[in-house]
Amino acid sequence: MSTPDAGLLVALVGNPNTGKSTLFNALTGLRQRVGNYPGVTVARKSGTCDLGDGQKVELVDLPGLYSLAAASPDEQVVIDVLSGHIAGDRRPDAVLIVADATNLIRNLFLASQVAELGLPVVLVLNQADVAQEQGLRIDTELLSRRLGGVPVILTSAWKGEGILEVRRGLAAALTRRAPLRRVVWPAEIVAALADVAQAASADTGKAIPSADAQRLLFDTNVSTAERLGWTPERREKPLRAARERVRNCGYNPMAAEPLVHYAWLRTALEGVVTEGLGKAGRTSAVDRLLLHRVLGPVFFLGIMLGFFASVFWLAKFPMDWIQLGVDWTKGVVAPSLDPYPMLQSLVADGIIGGVGAFLVFLPQILILFLFIGILEDSGYMARAAFIMDRLFSWCGLNGKSFVPMLSGFACAIPSLLSTRTIEDPKARLATAFVVPFMSCSARFPVYALMCAAFIGPLYGPGWESLVMVGMHCVGLVFAVPTAFVLTRLVLKVKPQPFVLELPRYQLPKPRDVVWRMWQNAAEFVSKAGTVIFAITIVVWALSYFPRDAAVAERIRAAHPTESAELVRARVQAAHVEQSYMGRFGKAVQPVFDPCGFDWKITVGVLASFPAREVIVSTLGVTYSVGEGAEADSQDLRKAMQDAKWPEGPRAGTPIFSLAAVLALMVFFALCSQCGPTVATLAQETGGWKWAAASFVTMTVLAWMVSMVVYQVIIRLT
Amino acid sequence: MTPLSQLLPGQFGKLASLNPERGVDQRLMALGLLPGMVLKLVRKAPLGDPLAIEFGGQVVSLRLAEADNLIVDVSADCPIPRPRQP
Repeated sequence: MSTPDAGLLVALVGNPNTGKSTLFNALTGLRQRVGNYPGVTVARKSGTCDLGDGQKVELVDLPGLYSLAAASPDEQVVIDVLSGHIAGDRRPDAVLIVADATNLIRNLFLASQVAELGLPVVLVLNQADVAQEQGLRIDTELLSRRLGGVPVILTSAWKGEGILEVRRGLAAALTRRAPLRRVVWPAEIVAALADVAQAASADTGKAIPSADAQRLLFDTNVSTAERLGWTPERREKPLRAARERVRNCGYNPMAAEPLVHYAWLRTALEGVVTEGLGKAGRTSAVDRLLLHRVLGPVFFLGIMLGFFASVFWLAKFPMDWIQLGVDWTKGVVAPSLDPYPMLQSLVADGIIGGVGAFLVFLPQILILFLFIGILEDSGYMARAAFIMDRLFSWCGLNGKSFVPMLSGFACAIPSLLSTRTIEDPKARLATAFVVPFMSCSARFPVYALMCAAFIGPLYGPGWESLVMVGMHCVGLVFAVPTAFVLTRLVLKVKPQPFVLELPRYQLPKPRDVVWRMWQNAAEFVSKAGTVIFAITIVVWALSYFPRDAAVAERIRAAHPTESAELVRARVQAAHVEQSYMGRFGKAVQPVFDPCGFDWKITVGVLASFPAREVIVSTLGVTYSVGEGAEADSQDLRKAMQDAKWPEGPRAGTPIFSLAAVLALMVFFALCSQCGPTVATLAQETGGWKWAAASFVTMTVLAWMVSMVVYQVIIRLT
Repeated sequence: MTPLSQLLPGQFGKLASLNPERGVDQRLMALGLLPGMVLKLVRKAPLGDPLAIEFGGQVVSLRLAEADNLIVDVSADCPIPRPRQP
């Protein structure tokens, strides 16, 4: 048996919801690598697939799609990979097409488009078990003959059935190199395609393969023309003439491709599928319940509440353990560095604190991705989008915006990654833009501190919980109009189509869900982890330097009777006051004066721009209770309750008045204070433009709303 | 001839015409919704929009505004709507 060369590349393509990822996992056995295609936000997932005879090929899992007429970045990547036009990848040596055995004709539409590329093909008809249950019998040999002799294999990837046959089929395809039989076009369309190829070739100096000519002729999307460098002025006339030619033979040029393909497929499939007796699936019965006019939203709210509560409460325990672990490590490492105070501070506050700052979010992110995986694989995600679409469509978002926005209440970074499921690029951008408004869990300590120190003691626990809930809504209240302004007034887009398949319900396969959760978490650690870490070091340096030993002496001399601990805290406060951060805080304080912030709060606000949860420990330092302060610290509450304005018109009145407390919370609710979020936003929107716009919008909005809150409430109280 | 958006839940119709210039219709055609295809309005979302339609063994959601331009024929040769089960 001949062995193809090492380093062969096979692309896995198919419609969404065909069990493609399950098949991919079964074929590669988790020997996978996840990377990114350069310049686009589409992940490149590949793995090593054993062909059963010791020979190995690289299998790349491409995003699911219905048609090669690209609409989303995901779909564009598939076309670019299959045609060999993507940076960093060679043209695949073969294509493994996955089709849903229960709906062959629709799945083969994509296959018949892929056929135009002339690559060797293996056709896998997955979910054969479901097809059998439904009473469908598929004659794979007949289908193989009709499609030009390519291997056609029935599988049930979920149960692991037929995987070995796929490996063998792939080996055979790579040896025999049989392409899928092409659609037979009417003569006039063949002529029109030739016209297009000739005109494009003459204008660009490149050879135009028939697959490219079809994309140029049939699609409203211009990505193929742009890739070839065929300018609008040059292509406009020849394309109009060619489309006129198609119209003359009785086809609307925009409908010709599906009409011809589906007609051809109907003939090709004649006698291939025989319907016998079988059970109808339970999907429509379940939908009657889950999409019921009244019960549907009730189930929806229940599922989302469960989802949200788990992200919050299940994650609380591992988060506490991680925090304990970080504190323990600090406690062990710090004393050994006592002789070197700067190194001690760098290691304890900078490095260990920096690693801890992002590790602590890992449990939430894992649970978030676990739930998103279950919702997606079970088929409920599409139903959630169906139920919620009406609430989002008016402001340019769509039903698929809902899950990223809900996830935003846990952490914006994984939510931004999950916006990739939105096909419409404008809705995707708008969703990514408003996700950081959601009140993430890092804002929680700020609300908790303020409510416990001021709202609770003064107004009782009822108001305390009400303010907590209210703060979680502030972001949402501003996010939706922001999306409206962005899509309708800035981007000026018309409402985009929202066509969504409601797939068959399926039991998620634990291995697939856990594996994807793991891959997403790894991506988070590698992307956000490094940013958070770097930023923590920078903030540490700004609040450590310059450090004058004389300050410590002066404080010790001024407070000779106080305990060593208290003096230590006072020294630390004095150090921060004269650090770069402290000086900057004092200089900038006038800007925040209308919001009722003194210089200490201002330092806290500035120090928390990279990561907002830093505010509590910074306030701990500036209010001289030590850096270890947490949201439930009694000392910090007391110090803040006692703080008075030292001078100016408000001299002697408490700094943390009701107005200032609410203004500060609103500021944190709206402000863009998270370096990793800004960095992820830049990465997901393909540049710093939108990241900068988000930062400026949120920060200015936070400042304005906070000022209004302070000025109004201070006059009322 | 009726716009698809006017169908009642459970009602069948045969697609008479669509507008191939529109993005939505192109997506639907790729899924196999071509003139002559029998479809069924399965249900409306709890807020009345979008719609879920069934054709060729699959259920697809599309918005009310998008369903306005899909013209269906609800006359004779369509399957008779099954009576709603109690």
